[in-house]
Amino acid sequence: MTDTGIGASVKRVEDQRFLTGNGNYTDDINRPDQSHAWILRSPHAHATLKSVDTSKAEAAEGVIAVLTGADMAADGVGGLPCGWQIHNKDGSPMLEPGHPPLAVDKVRYVGDQVAIVIAETRDAARDGAELIEVDYGVLDAVIDMDGALAGGSLVHDNVPNNRCFDWELGDKNGVDEAFSKADHVVSIDLVNNRLIPNAMEPRAAISEFDRSTGQYTLYTTTQNPHVIRLLMGAFVLQIPEHKLRVIAPDVGGGFGSKIFHYAEEAILTWAAGKVHRPIKWTAERSESFATDAHGRDHETHAELALDKDGAFLGLRVATKANVGAYLSTFGSSVPTYLYATLLAGVYTTPVIYAEVQTVFTNTVPVDAYRGAGRPECTYLLERLVNKAARELGIDPVEIRKKNMIQADQYPYQTPVALQYDCGDIPASFESALKAADYTGFEKRRAASEKDGKLRGIGISTYVEACGIAPSAVAGALGARAGLYESAQVRVHPTGSVTVFTGTHNHGQGHETTFAQLVSESFGIPIEHVEISHGDTDQVQFGMGTYGSRSLAVGGPAILNACNKVIDKAKKIAAHIMEADVSDIEFADGKFTVAGTDKEMAFGEISLAAYVPHNYPIEEIEPGLDENAFYDPLNFSFPGGAHICEVEVDPDTGTTEIVGFTAVDDVGRVVNPMIVAGQVHGGLAQGVGQAILEGCVYDDDGQLLTGSYMDYTMPRADNLPSFSVATQSVMGASNPLEVKGVGEVGAIGSPPAVVNAILDALAPLGVEDISMPTTSQKVWQAIQDSNVRQAAE
Amino acid sequence: MYQFNYQKAGSADEAASAVSSAEDGRFLAGGMTLIPTLKQRLAQPSDLVDLADVNDLAGVSDGGDSITIGAMTRHVDVATSNVVQSKIPALASLADNIGDPQVRNRGTIGGSVANNDPAADYPAAVLALNATVITNQREITAEDFFDGMFTTALEDGELITAVRFPVPDKAGYAKFPNPASRYALVGVMVAQTGGETRVSVTGAGQDGVFRAAEIESALSGSWSADAAKGVKMSDDGLNADIHASAEYRAHLISVMASRAVDAAG
Repeated sequence: MTDTGIGASVKRVEDQRFLTGNGNYTDDINRPDQSHAWILRSPHAHATLKSVDTSKAEAAEGVIAVLTGADMAADGVGGLPCGWQIHNKDGSPMLEPGHPPLAVDKVRYVGDQVAIVIAETRDAARDGAELIEVDYGVLDAVIDMDGALAGGSLVHDNVPNNRCFDWELGDKNGVDEAFSKADHVVSIDLVNNRLIPNAMEPRAAISEFDRSTGQYTLYTTTQNPHVIRLLMGAFVLQIPEHKLRVIAPDVGGGFGSKIFHYAEEAILTWAAGKVHRPIKWTAERSESFATDAHGRDHETHAELALDKDGAFLGLRVATKANVGAYLSTFGSSVPTYLYATLLAGVYTTPVIYAEVQTVFTNTVPVDAYRGAGRPECTYLLERLVNKAARELGIDPVEIRKKNMIQADQYPYQTPVALQYDCGDIPASFESALKAADYTGFEKRRAASEKDGKLRGIGISTYVEACGIAPSAVAGALGARAGLYESAQVRVHPTGSVTVFTGTHNHGQGHETTFAQLVSESFGIPIEHVEISHGDTDQVQFGMGTYGSRSLAVGGPAILNACNKVIDKAKKIAAHIMEADVSDIEFADGKFTVAGTDKEMAFGEISLAAYVPHNYPIEEIEPGLDENAFYDPLNFSFPGGAHICEVEVDPDTGTTEIVGFTAVDDVGRVVNPMIVAGQVHGGLAQGVGQAILEGCVYDDDGQLLTGSYMDYTMPRADNLPSFSVATQSVMGASNPLEVKGVGEVGAIGSPPAVVNAILDALAPLGVEDISMPTTSQKVWQAIQDSNVRQAAE
Repeated sequence: MYQFNYQKAGSADEAASAVSSAEDGRFLAGGMTLIPTLKQRLAQPSDLVDLADVNDLAGVSDGGDSITIGAMTRHVDVATSNVVQSKIPALASLADNIGDPQVRNRGTIGGSVANNDPAADYPAAVLALNATVITNQREITAEDFFDGMFTTALEDGELITAVRFPVPDKAGYAKFPNPASRYALVGVMVAQTGGETRVSVTGAGQDGVFRAAEIESALSGSWSADAAKGVKMSDDGLNADIHASAEYRAHLISVMASRAVDAAG
């Protein structure tokens, strides 16, 4: 029996190397004869490229080559593709303007790539870049979405009104009818603030080309190396898979921002084939701020129809989503199928209609960021439900309970395409209310008042869809790829195991969690298991890590491959122990013959598989090495309840989070310590979005929050000691019964925080505040409310 | 960063002459602002003259009714100095809240004062405590030293060697940090020294640190947190940025002044 199986809080095996500085990140790697690149970027948000003169740079000391968009175009290099096609209301496909890796005629955001300088050193490359003479024809920039839709300046000449698509989901007529019968209509206007991801490791890449084999290799900071190989090889550079190897070594955090196929990957790979030298590029932190795909950035008007008792009758949502200057890899799917399909939330709202317009602006592309669509949806619903409770004079707990999907209603078909397979949000909610001592809040409020502080409590109950994704469903919705996962479980002769997974570990703890699956399956300690990922020449295939999919989709692939190993091992055991295979039992790492004392250890069978002297060779092949691909039956639906308690200092507007309770249903928990850690991290990012973080461009498209001097990351002293717990209904759509935990914290928490702040400010007459709820905004809201009340 | 010559000075005189004879020389006194500036290629000095090894520029000395802090004294050494903690606890506490541990272990009082960042903490202490900035050439009163954002009375090649602080009867500092950088969005130092009340404000003014005459007058009348909080500051001449409007900063000056009075006791 092993104590490192499912359910054990095994310490993360990868932490030894991460915490002792022994990680192997892209920038740690140096290739023989390596050169260095600097990317010249546009200082303007919108400009024509009248001329790009590289002659002085090319002549500079140490410079090997200077390449531009014109060179790329001459080589027939394609544009960066978008992975998900959305259709307009009228059925026509979305507009997909070209996305050249190096700008050709025009630059479209500050940071857009203009040229690459390859030199003997990084400083020489940067010096060279300063010698490139670019004549920009500066154009008016469009930054805000309303301005863009008004169609003054066009980001892409062939996209009228800068509108990428105008999409809808749900029953428009049904919703109109529900509203016509409603006793109350509650409406809200919200901004979901734009965020800058800020992975600890900046993006980096090394490319090389082997002239003897024609093989390209790209080391890159990606969450999904096979996806990069597919997109870059097939769509951009026309390099077939067998001539392109993509390696994602240790990656220092992604949060979604390292899913996408970035221009630098294609530029470097292409350039390596031209200069015949390995080329390294590592982003400066300033480049990360300016050029990593940003997250969120929605503006929404929503209306909720209710009957006289507060039952939800219908929901109508109109959202504008900023996609930035170009469609990034998943830029079109995040504000549509990852957003509006969750608009039922945890409620029984019978009819829902959503329309989403996506808008091009002269800002860096916007794409998936931890939660991707679901935080936007949850924030909208939970702010709106709270507003409804306040306007109708119903307790925010009661209005939720009244409208919540009950445990016996699962599987629950929502009016917006998804079918929730299982769940029990009311149970999580009850637990959270108890853990947060909700009923004792008024006493605590009174105590805070004595100290001159305003105390508030806020609730968020949520569900999300992850475990992305059943390929057929995703394909029907416009995905241009399958979203299964694969695993290879290679048992070595002496019984140790290497697992090759198509997911990628960049902080999630997969090397521990996945090893626990194998430990459980084979009854061997996790020290005997190695998890290998990230190299397309080693791992058969994979779709990578995002959307809380790695355990929910990648895990069953590992489990299925393990089961194939066990099935084969039983045949070997039956042969050696001279029994019928149906009499072979496998438990705790031992094969036994039922009803006898005959047994063989796992390692004895593996040895027999590779030294097949006494072996059923006519029936099965030697070796013990199995593959499995797993395509899920449905999304998985984690959910739960978050309760936040704050104290606001009315003198300064400062908010302190004094309590935060999260009770999440994540299905089966493989490693409780890692799950708690994931929730803590997600909550920190949720609090960051709610109170601290916000990307600001000025009217000319210059990024005002381009460094840690101005972009406020959450820090330890901004956060409370979180109270987190799981209360799970086992997942119903995959054999591991897991649901996913990577994003729940970031999805559930922002509205809990903002609802708490609004609750604290309610006695002062404040009814609305936008994220991030900085101390300045809170103070200003109090001032404005004072002025308003004085006038009344 | 661009290429530059790096020199390590053994004495203040050597440092001053090295900077003076360089084409565009700069003192390196911790480098907490200068190094990031160089890394972003926003400055291109020909020479950096590092003061780290000039030992007689570092340390705190007790002069009875004043204390003198060497220019190369690190923030952590001011924060933990027994002399500073017992004579001017507000100054020790100010130093203890500058930046983060890495900054406090590298940054120096001389570097901070010479740089005169409009959001730095030390200028508020120098002005409110009526300190004297001592250079290799002369002594400059606080009033004459600060000359607007990032600008001081220092001449080319002039090196701060120490700052002398008169010991106040009471002093307190309160900072409202910029949420991102943790520099002062508004920092207020209040001090009473020999019957004189001085109140200085950092982080808020368009021209850097300044004295808040309205609050000084209120506190001269009644040394109390309420008196400070009751002053309605004008937002004329105050900074406005994405973190704080001028109006919010004006409000915070009164609030921070009241908290500084509380801290001063």
